[in-house]
Amino acid sequence: MDHEATRRDALDRIAAAQDLEAVEALRVAFLGKQGSISALLKTLGGMSPEQRQSEGPKIHGLREAVTDALAARKAALESAALEARLAAETVDLTLPAAEAPRGSIHPVSQVMDELAEIFADLGFAVATGPEIEDDWHNFTALNMPESHPARAMHDTFYLPDRTDDGRELVLRTHTSPVQIRAMLSQGAPLRIIAPGRVYRSDSDSTHTPMFHQVEGLVIDKGIHLGHLKWTLETFLKAFFERDDIVLRLRPSYFPFTEPSVEVDTGYAWVDGRRVIGGSGDAPGHAWMELLGSGMVNRHVLAAGGLDPDEWQGFAFGVGVDRLAMLKYGMNDLRAFFDGDVRWLRHYGFSALDVPTLSAGVGTPA
Amino acid sequence: MKFSLSWLKAYLDTDASVEQIAATCNAIGLEVEGIEDPAAKLAGFRVARVLTADRHPDADKLQVLTVDAGDGVPLQVVCGAPNARAGLVGVLGLPGAVVPANGMALKKAAVRGVESNGMMCSTRELELGDDHAGIIELPADAPVGTPFADYHGADPVFDLSITPNRPDCMGVYGIARDLAAAGLGTLKPIVAPPVAGDGPCPVTVRTEDPEGCPAFFGRVIRGVRNGPSPQWLQDRLASAGQRPISALVDLTNYLMLGFGRPAHAYDLAKLSGPVLARRARDGETCLALNGKEYVLDAGMTVIADDAGVHDIAGIMGGEHSGCTEATTDVLLEIAYFDPERIAATGRKLNLTSDARARFERGVDPAFLDTGLELLTALIVETCGGVPSEAVRAGSPPAAPRQVAYDPSLAETLGGVAIAPEEQRRILAALGFTTAADGTVTAPGWRPDIDGAPDIVEEVVRIHGLDAVASVPLPRADGVAAPTASPAQKLERRIRRAAAARGLNEAVTWSFLPAAHAEAFADGNGGLWALTNPISEDMKVMRPSLLPGLLSAAQRNVARGASGLRLFEIGRRYLRGAGGRSDERLALGIVLAGERTPRGWSTGKAQPFDAFDAKAEALALLADAGAPVENLQVMGEAGAQFHPGQSGTLRLGPKTVLARFGMIHPATLKAFDIDVPVAAIELFLDAIPGKRGAAAFARVAYAPPALQAITRDFAFLVPLALPAADVVRAVRGSDKANIVAVRVFDDFRGQGVPEGHKSLAIEVTLQPSERSYDDAAIKDITARITAAAGKLGASLRG
Repeated sequence: MDHEATRRDALDRIAAAQDLEAVEALRVAFLGKQGSISALLKTLGGMSPEQRQSEGPKIHGLREAVTDALAARKAALESAALEARLAAETVDLTLPAAEAPRGSIHPVSQVMDELAEIFADLGFAVATGPEIEDDWHNFTALNMPESHPARAMHDTFYLPDRTDDGRELVLRTHTSPVQIRAMLSQGAPLRIIAPGRVYRSDSDSTHTPMFHQVEGLVIDKGIHLGHLKWTLETFLKAFFERDDIVLRLRPSYFPFTEPSVEVDTGYAWVDGRRVIGGSGDAPGHAWMELLGSGMVNRHVLAAGGLDPDEWQGFAFGVGVDRLAMLKYGMNDLRAFFDGDVRWLRHYGFSALDVPTLSAGVGTPA
Repeated sequence: MKFSLSWLKAYLDTDASVEQIAATCNAIGLEVEGIEDPAAKLAGFRVARVLTADRHPDADKLQVLTVDAGDGVPLQVVCGAPNARAGLVGVLGLPGAVVPANGMALKKAAVRGVESNGMMCSTRELELGDDHAGIIELPADAPVGTPFADYHGADPVFDLSITPNRPDCMGVYGIARDLAAAGLGTLKPIVAPPVAGDGPCPVTVRTEDPEGCPAFFGRVIRGVRNGPSPQWLQDRLASAGQRPISALVDLTNYLMLGFGRPAHAYDLAKLSGPVLARRARDGETCLALNGKEYVLDAGMTVIADDAGVHDIAGIMGGEHSGCTEATTDVLLEIAYFDPERIAATGRKLNLTSDARARFERGVDPAFLDTGLELLTALIVETCGGVPSEAVRAGSPPAAPRQVAYDPSLAETLGGVAIAPEEQRRILAALGFTTAADGTVTAPGWRPDIDGAPDIVEEVVRIHGLDAVASVPLPRADGVAAPTASPAQKLERRIRRAAAARGLNEAVTWSFLPAAHAEAFADGNGGLWALTNPISEDMKVMRPSLLPGLLSAAQRNVARGASGLRLFEIGRRYLRGAGGRSDERLALGIVLAGERTPRGWSTGKAQPFDAFDAKAEALALLADAGAPVENLQVMGEAGAQFHPGQSGTLRLGPKTVLARFGMIHPATLKAFDIDVPVAAIELFLDAIPGKRGAAAFARVAYAPPALQAITRDFAFLVPLALPAADVVRAVRGSDKANIVAVRVFDDFRGQGVPEGHKSLAIEVTLQPSERSYDDAAIKDITARITAAAGKLGASLRG
C-alpha cells in the first residue's frame, strides 16, 4: 500500500489550514477515533507478523509526520494570532504616566534634624520647653531682673495673663529658658541642645517676629572656654561639612553668661553668596557674626538649682533659619514662613534625605 | 557710640592706625559697627590753584581754566562756577575721583567741545557743607598739590556697639582706657583742676528722695554768654552724631559723650526757691526737651523747685528751664540716680535718652566732683562767667565692688593660662586694684563686676581670646548613645511619613489674625491675644494649625496653584491650668483644589474629597503608631467643617486623635478660597505611647496552615446606617473565623428600595484546624446574617 500519496495529501491540507479550528478539524479527520490514519493503525491488528513488520513503521511514520505537521501548524497559527493581538495592543508610551505628588520637608525641620544628629554624636540630647514662657524662666532666672536694660533689647511680646504665682507671660525671646528647665529637671552633668521657635517684636527685611533658634548647654566639672571653642568648631565643621571653618571669638555681653563670647566665622563671597570657610582675614574673605555664647553665669546655675562652686559650663545660641540660609543658599527669611509651595519644593528636602553621620548630614543640591 | 579719631587721641596717646584701633576694639569686646573715613571719600581731590580763567567759546556761563594741581603741567578744566577766577585756590577733582555728593565718577571729557581734565568742586559736592553757590575758596597759601583729605584734616569716625554692661565705654575716655590696657597707647590722665568758687552756691539744693537720688551736687555760674560752640566742640559732637545746639547744652553733652557722665544745666532765671530731688506727685506733668508732655507718678524721681518739675531725673530735662541763647546764669546739676529707678521710669514713660542709657546702666559714683569741675572749667573757658562754690546734697554710694579672685580661674574657666603678674597688670590698667590676698577691687566705673568670672573676662579679653585653645569635650566610650525622646522620634517620623505621602511641609506663624483664630477657637478657653502684637495679622496665638495653612493655601491658589498638599507640624497654644500655657503638638494638612489634574486616561480633573482626608489621617496615624484598627469614625469635627462630610477619629468615645473632612463653604469664604478644600488635623499629643522598653525581636512568624477563603454578602440597609456599624457587627459575629471584613460596594438607586442602600461586603474566613465544610460555612453565614439583621440589614435577594 502506498502511503506516500496519503502523507502528501495530509501535509498539504494541514499546511493549507487557515485557523486553529481548521487544524483541529484535520486532527479529527486524520487522528480522531474515526480518522483516516487511526483507521490505518487499526489495520495493523489484522496483519501477519511479517506484514506488520514491514507496514507498521510506515503507518507509524505517517502518523508521526501528520502529528508533527498538525502541531507545527497549530504553533504557527497561535504565534501569528498572538503577534496580531500584541500589535493591536500597542500603546503610545510617550503619553504621560500618572504623576505621584512629591512631598517635601521644610528646611528648618531638615536643619533641626541635622543638628540633632551632629550633637547626638557629641552626647547632647534634645530638650524642649514652652514657647509661651513666664518672665522668670525667660528673663529673671537668666540673670535679667526686671530693671535690666537687656530686657528692653529683647523686644518682647506679652500676653495679658499671669500665672497663678504672679509671673508675667511672654512669648519666649530665646531658647535659653530651656537651659533653666533642663537644669531644674535633670540636674548636672548635662548636655543638651534645645531647638525651637522664638519671638521678637521686630520685623524688617532680615527680621521676622518669629524665627528659630537652637540653644546648646553643657554643664559639668572643669568645663571652660576652650571646650566651648572646640564644640562650636566641631559642630560647624560637621554642619557645613568643611574642615576649613575658622572662628573668631570676640568678648561680648549676655546677662546669662560670664565671660561672654560672640563668635564670628570667616566667609567669602562666591557667585553672590556667602560661603562659610577660611579665615575672615584671608584675601577676599570677611568675618560674619554667627552666634552668641559664653560660660554659664553663676546666677543662672544657681537659678537652675546647681551649686556654682561645683559645676560650670557653657551655653550658646544660634539662629536655625540663619544656618539653613548659609548652608542651602536662601536669601529671604520671610519666605520661610509664607508657605509658597513653589519655594517649599525648591528649597525643601525629600522624605528620604534623613540626615545621618555615615552619609553626611547635609543634602547636596 | 560714635566718636572721631582726634577725640579718642585727646585721651589716648597713640600712633596706632585706624585699622589697628578697629581690630583692637573688636578683640577686646568693643564691637566696631562701622568706620567712616572722610579721607576715603576725598581720594582723588587735590588742592589746586587756578592759573588762568577765560570765557568758554561756546557757552556763556562756562569758563575754561588752566589749573595747577601740583604736577607742574597745568591742566585744562571747564568750570561753571561764577567765582572761578585766576589766582583762586580751590579743590580739583581729578579723573577717577568719585564726587561724594552724587557718586559720579569723574573722567576726562569734552564739555561743549572743550576738553576738561577734572572738576573744581563746591562744598556741597564734597559733602562738607551746603554751599553750592560757587567752588571752594581756600586760603591763598594752601599748599597746591596736597591731597585735599590731608589738607582738610579729615577725621575718621568710629561707630562702636557698646554692650549694656559697659556704661564706662559710653564715654570716649572709657574706650581710651580699654585700648590703653590692650597695649594700644598711653591713657592720658583726666586733668580737672578745681575751679575756685566765688562764694557759696546761692541756690539751695536738697534731695528728698535719697533712694532715687542719693546725691545731688550743684553749682551756679553767673554771667555766662551762651552762643554757638567753638568749632572743635562742634566737630566732636558732630562726629558723635549730635547736632550742636548752644555752648551750654553742648558742653553738658560733651561731658556725657566724653566721660560717660550726664549732667544738666538749668537756666537759673527760670527757677524759683530751693531745687530738690523728690518723688513726683501722681499726675504731675513735665514738658520735656523733646517737646512732649509726660504725666508722672509717685514712683518717679524728679528735680523740681517751688514752681514745679524741671527735670525727669536722669532721663530728660524740662523745656521750661532749659538753657537758651538768652541764658546768663546757670545752675549745674550733677547727680547720682538709682539705676533701677531710672530704668523703671524710662520704661513706664517709654522715653529713651542718652542720659537714661547711662544712668540705668550705672555711672561712676566717684566721678561727681571731677565731672562738676570739668564742666565748670569748660563753661567758664567757653562762655565766661563766675562760678560759685559747689553745693553737695547727699552722697553717692561709696561701697567698692570687691571680688575674691584666684588667678588660676583664667585657665580653669577662661581656658587660657595667664601669668598672675600679667593678670595684675591688665587689671591695674583697667583701674582695678589687687590686694595681697588676691581680692580684686573694681573701679567705680565698672558696676557690672559682681564675681570672679567677671574678672576672668577682663583678664582674658585683654590678654586675647585668640589665645584660648580648643579642647575636646570628654567623650563617652563607644558609639554615641541614642538621645531622642519618644515624642521627638514620633515628630520626626510622622514628618517624613507626610512628606513621603506627597505633602509639602510649611512653617506658618504662631499668631493669626483674630478672625482666623476665632473661626477655629472652639473649646479652648477663648482667644489668646498678644498684649502688644506687631500687627493685626499677627495678634492671636493659633488654637489650630488649620487657619495658618488655609491662609497659605489661599495665597498659593491666588498665585495660580491648582492642587495643593500642605502640612505643618507644630504647636497649638491653649490656655492651661495655673495660668500657664498648654502647648500641644499637632499635624495639620490642607488639601486644596485638584487631587488629580485632567488627564488623557483619567478624564476631568478630580477635586480632593473627604475620603482623601480620611486616607491621610489613617495612614499618618498608622505611621505614628496609633491603633488604627480600633479607631471609630464619629462626628463633631467642628463648625469649620462640612457637617455632612467630616468626622473625627477616636480611640474610645472621648479621645479624639484626629479630625478630618471637607472645609465648610462658609469657612472657605472667610479665608477667601474658591476651590474645594479637604483638611486634617492630627492631635499628636493624644496618641498613646508605646509601653515598655523597646524590644527588637518580632513575635515568631506563624502563617496559618490552611488557606483563607472569602465570601461575599450584599445587605440592604437603611440609608442612615453607617457602613462601619455593619462591618463591626459582622466582624464580631464570629471572631474565631472572621479575620477581615471589607465593604466593596455602596449602591443606591435602581433595584434598591427607597430609603435603603445596598452594601456589598467581602468577608475573609480563616480556617484553623481543618478546612470548612458546607455545614461550617452555612453556620458562619447564618451568624453573619443574624448579626447584620439586628441592625436592620437584610440579605439582598
